[in-house]
Amino acid sequence: MPVDTTTADIGSPSSPDKPEPRFLENVAKIFRGHPAAICGLIGISIFIFLAIFAPLIAPQDPYDQTRLDILDGLLPPGSTLGDGTTSLLGTDALGRDILSAVLYGLRISLFVALVAVIVGSAIGVFMGLLAAMKGGWVETVIMRTVDLKMSFPGILLALMVLAIFGTGIDKVIIALIIGAWASEARLVRAVALSELKKDYIHAAQLAGLSDWRIMGRFLFPNSISPVLVVLPMSISSAIGAEATLSFLGVGVPITEPSLGLLIANGNDYILSGKWWISIFPGLVLVGMVLCINVVADRLRDHANPYLRGKE
Amino acid sequence: MLSFVTKRLGQSAVLVLIMSALVFVGMYVVSDPVAVLAGEDFTEEDRLALAQELGVDRPLFLQYLSFLGNVLQGDFGTSFVYNRPVMDLILERLPATLEVAFFAMFIGLVVGIPLGVYSGLNQKKRSTKAISFFTTVGYSIPNFWQGVLLIMLFSVWFKVLPASGRGDTVDVFGVGWSVFSLDGLSHLMLPALNLAIYTICLQARLARSGTQEVMYQDYMTFARAKGISRERIIRRHLVRNILIPIVTITGLQLGGLIAFATVTETVFSWPGIGKLLLDSIHNSDRPVVVAYLILITLMFVTINFVVDVLYALLDPRIRYT
Repeated sequence: MPVDTTTADIGSPSSPDKPEPRFLENVAKIFRGHPAAICGLIGISIFIFLAIFAPLIAPQDPYDQTRLDILDGLLPPGSTLGDGTTSLLGTDALGRDILSAVLYGLRISLFVALVAVIVGSAIGVFMGLLAAMKGGWVETVIMRTVDLKMSFPGILLALMVLAIFGTGIDKVIIALIIGAWASEARLVRAVALSELKKDYIHAAQLAGLSDWRIMGRFLFPNSISPVLVVLPMSISSAIGAEATLSFLGVGVPITEPSLGLLIANGNDYILSGKWWISIFPGLVLVGMVLCINVVADRLRDHANPYLRGKE
Repeated sequence: MLSFVTKRLGQSAVLVLIMSALVFVGMYVVSDPVAVLAGEDFTEEDRLALAQELGVDRPLFLQYLSFLGNVLQGDFGTSFVYNRPVMDLILERLPATLEVAFFAMFIGLVVGIPLGVYSGLNQKKRSTKAISFFTTVGYSIPNFWQGVLLIMLFSVWFKVLPASGRGDTVDVFGVGWSVFSLDGLSHLMLPALNLAIYTICLQARLARSGTQEVMYQDYMTFARAKGISRERIIRRHLVRNILIPIVTITGLQLGGLIAFATVTETVFSWPGIGKLLLDSIHNSDRPVVVAYLILITLMFVTINFVVDVLYALLDPRIRYT
């Protein structure tokens, strides 16, 4: 990377002139010749679209108790409801349209995972940079905490947090943040440590810039790329974790069911052969995780030589 | 070496102490046990009496010390819901969890390693592509959803395996085991398979990358040149050499299996400690939750300690000071 200490823009990942087409070009280069990854990308776009526009697409508002008719309960896919409409994916015990419930559930699942991963990664990046920059006891405390966190399975920590604080969307997000930040911190610290040895940092230090300024302006943009590469993987595992916690009944509340809670609700009816209540939310969940994982794999493979060069 | 072990042991002890304090403070301070236990008709005096009886009227520090003292004697208090010593409850259910975890590990190793070795040896075959597809999908499907699918497939459609409970158990050393009776074994199959799928995928990947590395080593070429049969080369030379990383990962993964059994036990109503934990969270049965969390912390710290010491013993390149 060219080093120019006179401009404030050194180290920013893209050059200032015409960033937009270059970004798209790069994306096209990453995915060209990888049909599975392209399918994944298309899949993700569809899921995001469905989640955003769920209220417009869904045939029914699943939270509106007054519009539910118990007589419509447990109807198989393709049945005609009491009000004459057709339920494509069937209904649950309360007469709720599964398609609508799945669309709204998708929204909640995606929202929880995205917020948790973005906040968690931000904390992780900050902690990693801080550990690399400050060294000494700050680094020891942060990295020992990371080790401590990494020596437990995520599900156990999440259960611990939820057992203490109780359940709810905010609590689930906290639990997922606690699960997400540590690996990011470790990753960023490793990259930042090698960046710190480079000339542009020395130059900035000699120029008399404060540690915080160096961290924010130079170290941060140059250490961030590995985190961006693993971001999709973090999101898909957060989606899975949230679904698991909600399935166990310690996640989102029953009034705002995510995909995991919808599966749990349908689970009670599986043994009596009413498969559609549980299967459809599950298919959407798995489809989404699979799409993200395929894209994440592609990104990781693409970034791999770069990462190797860094170490 | 001795100084490393002592130091590492000290660190582990501090870790358990910190975690126990966190869990204790979290469970007894963030939510007040008196509020949970007191009936609606309780007067202020009744509440005070109850607080005194539970010992929660004392300073937090003293509460924690006496809790710690009791724990060291194996006493985690009495369950609010079952009205029995927590330790008895956990010990009673531990065998069920260990049974399903070890059985799953067994399936994972027996299925995963051959799959991995096979796909490492036959990289271009279509069956290898199928295996790799299976392991990717196995990674992507959340564990509990696999459980739901297994129930749907084997219990509802084919009606060959039961979906919940332990079935008949046979007493060995005074503890009931499902694995020794045919009915119990059929009950064990689905939960163990559910727990094993992740292990199968992991071991298959490990074995495949190990095989790809080992098969081009000089000693493999030499063994072939000596005219040793293919089967013998695989068994005596290849598998033995890929086992080292597999053994370490297996050790570390055992703890993960016990933690993840929480999910499997809930899906299949398997009466182990994981299901006990979730039931206790739902019932606000705090002593049980605290005991479970502290014991499982202890278990993980012990596993990590043993693995670290084994690393230092096995690999002379690792120097601990």
